[in-house]
Amino acid sequence: MTTQTHEGHYFVPNPSIYPVILSTSLLLLAGGFIFNINGHDAGKWSMLVGFLGILYVLFGWFGKVIGESEGGMYKKWEDRSFRIGMIVFIASEVAFFAAFFGALFYMRVISVPELGGFDSEFTPYPGYAGDWPTAGPGGATVHGAYTPANFTPMGAWGIPAINTLILLTSGVTVTWAHWGLLKNNRKQLIAGLAMTVALGVAFLCLQAYEYHHAYQELGLTLGSGAYGATFFMLTGFHGFHVTLGTIMLIVILLRSIKGHFKSDHHFGFEGVAWYWHFVDVVWLLLFVLVYWL
Amino acid sequence: MSTATATHHQDDHHAEHPTGIMRWLTTTNHKDIGTMYLTFSLIMFLLGGLLILAVRAELFQPGMQVMQPEFFNQLIGVHALIMIFAALMPAATGFANWMLPLQLGAPDMALPRLNNWGFWLLPPAAILLLAPFVLALLGIGDGAVATGWTFYAPLSVQGGIGTDFAIFSVHLLGISSVMGSINVLVTIFNMRAPGMTLMKMPIFAWGWMITAFLLIATIPVLAGGVTMLLTDRHFGTHFFDAAGGGDPILFQHLFWFFGHPEVYIVLLPVWGLIPHILTTFSRKPTYGYKAQVYSFWAIGILSVVVWAHHFFTVGLPTPALLYFMYSTMSISLPLAVLFFCWIATMWRGSMTFETPMLFTVGWIILFGIGGLTGLVLADVAADAQYHHSYFVVAHFHYTLFAGGIMGIMAGVYYWLPKMTGHMYNEKLGKLHFWLTTIAFNVTFIPQFFLGLAGMPRRIPDYALQFSEFNMISTVGAFVLGLSQLIFVYNVIRTVRGGEKATDKVWESSVGLEWTLPSPPPYHSFSEQPVIK
Ligand code: HEM
Ligand SMILES: [Cu+2]
Repeated sequence: MTTQTHEGHYFVPNPSIYPVILSTSLLLLAGGFIFNINGHDAGKWSMLVGFLGILYVLFGWFGKVIGESEGGMYKKWEDRSFRIGMIVFIASEVAFFAAFFGALFYMRVISVPELGGFDSEFTPYPGYAGDWPTAGPGGATVHGAYTPANFTPMGAWGIPAINTLILLTSGVTVTWAHWGLLKNNRKQLIAGLAMTVALGVAFLCLQAYEYHHAYQELGLTLGSGAYGATFFMLTGFHGFHVTLGTIMLIVILLRSIKGHFKSDHHFGFEGVAWYWHFVDVVWLLLFVLVYWL
Repeated sequence: MSTATATHHQDDHHAEHPTGIMRWLTTTNHKDIGTMYLTFSLIMFLLGGLLILAVRAELFQPGMQVMQPEFFNQLIGVHALIMIFAALMPAATGFANWMLPLQLGAPDMALPRLNNWGFWLLPPAAILLLAPFVLALLGIGDGAVATGWTFYAPLSVQGGIGTDFAIFSVHLLGISSVMGSINVLVTIFNMRAPGMTLMKMPIFAWGWMITAFLLIATIPVLAGGVTMLLTDRHFGTHFFDAAGGGDPILFQHLFWFFGHPEVYIVLLPVWGLIPHILTTFSRKPTYGYKAQVYSFWAIGILSVVVWAHHFFTVGLPTPALLYFMYSTMSISLPLAVLFFCWIATMWRGSMTFETPMLFTVGWIILFGIGGLTGLVLADVAADAQYHHSYFVVAHFHYTLFAGGIMGIMAGVYYWLPKMTGHMYNEKLGKLHFWLTTIAFNVTFIPQFFLGLAGMPRRIPDYALQFSEFNMISTVGAFVLGLSQLIFVYNVIRTVRGGEKATDKVWESSVGLEWTLPSPPPYHSFSEQPVIK
């Protein structure tokens, strides 16, 4: 990273209206959502418009970028920008998940044991042992009386273990697809991507089933205290990222079928692959820290 | 290299760009975007000032005169959020946009469309923050966020619709910061002129690089924290509720994990630009370039491991108190290195005191006071007394207003002639400096004494013995506020016209930005210069 080796011309895109539309749509989406959760139902219309705006921008902006890429406007120099940018973006995602892992750590190691550890003469929560998993000691809360419901924690060796296998396999298939691309073996590329997408979808289906199971049979909900909150927020945000990753993979798959990407020019593919591996690693942490331990 | 200008591709030939409002809405040009950031920052600075002048009016005398306590609380929180997120940070980003490509010899920022998005997220964020004021007038909700800028649970779990607006405002601001940081980092790593190694970079780029790293590491944690707040408020989670096994203190950890680095996020770009001004007006090379870069790194790294000094008094275990106290105090070591370098740069230089230099010298002293009083607060035992008092308010204004805003102003006077091609009015500049510096001290020195005497912060009414100091502080605040109008006038005048600036602007300015015409052409370096 000490000296630059590139040709003198850098691609600076023309003025673009997409960013402003995106920001406005986000404003509408957020504003509508706020009204909605505060009991003003009409907020949903604002959300709808915002959502459509975001869709429009996604198609338009990415479409433009794909066009530029296929039009040969991105050379090595631009490519390097995208790579560095993607790495930094994934780093910020790591920090986002770190906040939730941090909350899990804090509750398990600090706040829950502390709540169970008061001197028995002074404790506001007599009989609360502070073990994990827990829905908390209960008692008065800011929302009025809260009595933690009983729940069964999610076991690690059923669906979660299968999901671990699925995601690990998908990491292999996407790498296999990459090898195909590097060797100019388009069949391998497309087959590998298709398998990865299928595995992603399978993961999401199982996760949806698991949530259903949790709510219906285990009595485990978002409101189940420390365990419920960290369980659903961590797996939920992870699932959301898998969803995004799967959509991105589908786009890459369609582009591959259309003949996009060359063995020496395929940042789009690699960016998505990196993202997918990132989602994979987060899952491994989840599996160990949320489900297993 | 020689083919660079000849082979302009059609899609990026923007000598011709849309005009009128569309130019600004759609621009991908780093100078246009920088100008928008700086303009937005100036407007929000005035607005944030207006809000707090209302607060100072209420505090002019004991007793309640001007407003309800609820509204008072809203003004304080929104003032702080605006000043930090919508005035200081965008100003620094504006400079990054304007100056990094010029200083690094780049054709533009690395990701121009993303750059535009980063800016255009800010107005929606400001709208979200301010909308509850208007909605309250229409009978919806009870006004803006009333928790102060720190959103402490459980107060923020209980608050009205304004809190939700603030949460989403923070989300948009956060996305904007992350996009801006991505852009800055990619530009620094990938767009430097051939031959410009990292250690040959202008120090402003170093300051911004560390700022961008800190933003990437901490803004998402804040986003996570306020998301938990949102789900605690509306979706039944118990992150910050002991009944569910959570803890309000958890929120303070999450907030200050971001909040403490945030102060260096706003200061590092300023520390980056101060050495440029010092060399220019001392006519001497920067003293200790390497030492400054290493100090930036040291402070950047230390800043993410000291956060709990903001809540020493919540009942942390003693080992934690000791750790956070010593680690906090250790930040003063690299900071002292920086102060040494700044002063050594001036040492025996042939100095002149144009407005940017005046602001810089004033800045060194005032920011020094901010740092020293911070050292006082870092002492656990002393903090038990001073926490949540006006001493804290005075301290962070010496760092944020003096260390942040006044540093930015030094930068404005320094670079404005380059950006506009016109010289500002030196007399008005000097008047602005003296009025600001004096009024600033009249406003905030009394607050140190108020804090030492025990006046708590965030309170609309107070005991009689605090009257005189509060009165002085309010008078100072109004003078301070009014003198900023001179600045606004001077800036607008300079943009509009005035004496032509030379390319070099200052007698002994060094760096690539001064090799370009003033104002620089729409495309800075369509051909990259080579650095030996
Ligand atoms: C005209 C200049 C200013 C005046 C007179 C002023 C005055 C005040 C006052 C009276 C408070 C409330 C103190 C309390 O009761 O807790 C306050 C809070 C605050 N101000 Fe300023 N301020 C000014 C400029 C700034 C600037 C430029 C910044 C940041 C860059 C800033 C950042 C803050 C912060 C972070 C708080 C704390 C708010 C909270 O407690 O949540 N202020 N200011
Ligand atoms: Cu701090």
